[in-house]
Amino acid sequence: MIRLPLILIFSAVLFSAGVYGVLARRNAVLVLMSIELMLNAVNLNLVGFSASLRSLTGQVFALFVIAVAAAEAGIGLAIVILIFRNRETINVDEVNLLKW
Amino acid sequence: MTGQEYAFVVIAVIGSIGALAVVTARNVVHAALYLVVALGSVGGVYLLLGAEFVAWVQILIYVGAIVILFLFGLMLTRAPIGRETLDNQQQGLAAFVSIAVLAGLVFLIDDAFHLRHARPFAEFAAPTGNVGSAIFRGFVLPFEAVSFLLLAALIGAVVLARKDEPK
Repeated sequence: MIRLPLILIFSAVLFSAGVYGVLARRNAVLVLMSIELMLNAVNLNLVGFSASLRSLTGQVFALFVIAVAAAEAGIGLAIVILIFRNRETINVDEVNLLKW
Repeated sequence: MTGQEYAFVVIAVIGSIGALAVVTARNVVHAALYLVVALGSVGGVYLLLGAEFVAWVQILIYVGAIVILFLFGLMLTRAPIGRETLDNQQQGLAAFVSIAVLAGLVFLIDDAFHLRHARPFAEFAAPTGNVGSAIFRGFVLPFEAVSFLLLAALIGAVVLARKDEPK
């Protein structure tokens, strides 16, 4: 027996930790990790609502989100490695060729 | 508070500490290992909610595959150690924004679901067979689209990360 708001608050904590990481980190791999935290917060909400509403659709959506997150992590890391090979750095504030 | 809720609170506190450690760790490898704690505790919450298939997928895909992928990414880019090189100068602003997001979300959740008066619900046991029928009865087209997306991401990652051959 669990109350739904507790789950939502845990997910809000995970999400805001991810927001802090995306805003404060320079290293691109750490930014990707923070994005994974935020995606997990969304998944937790989906599964929590699925259990409280007695419907499996939320779990199906959570599985789709996990698959898309895996694709995102793979492509993101490939891009990061490519940037490192070309620029010798993966600090996101030094990769500003297209800025302004 | 029921026993299940106590278990949830313990797992949630461990997961929250792990998530905060991910975004504040000074060593990138430690950050990746704290990510295991955060993602594993989310998997534990899935188990408490009765979503066993999603829980094991979470452990297999996230803890087993994505964290290993991150560790390989860190290994191949040999990131420097130390907070000054890992964080930018906007930490105060970032902390303000994230605390504002957290406060706003907690206020909205309490406003919408009334934490004190919320009725607890029992876990929703979802055997893997039921999840499978739910996917293949109602979500066949999205499932195929996701498989195509994964194939495209696989090929794209190989093309991007491959070294160009000298001509």
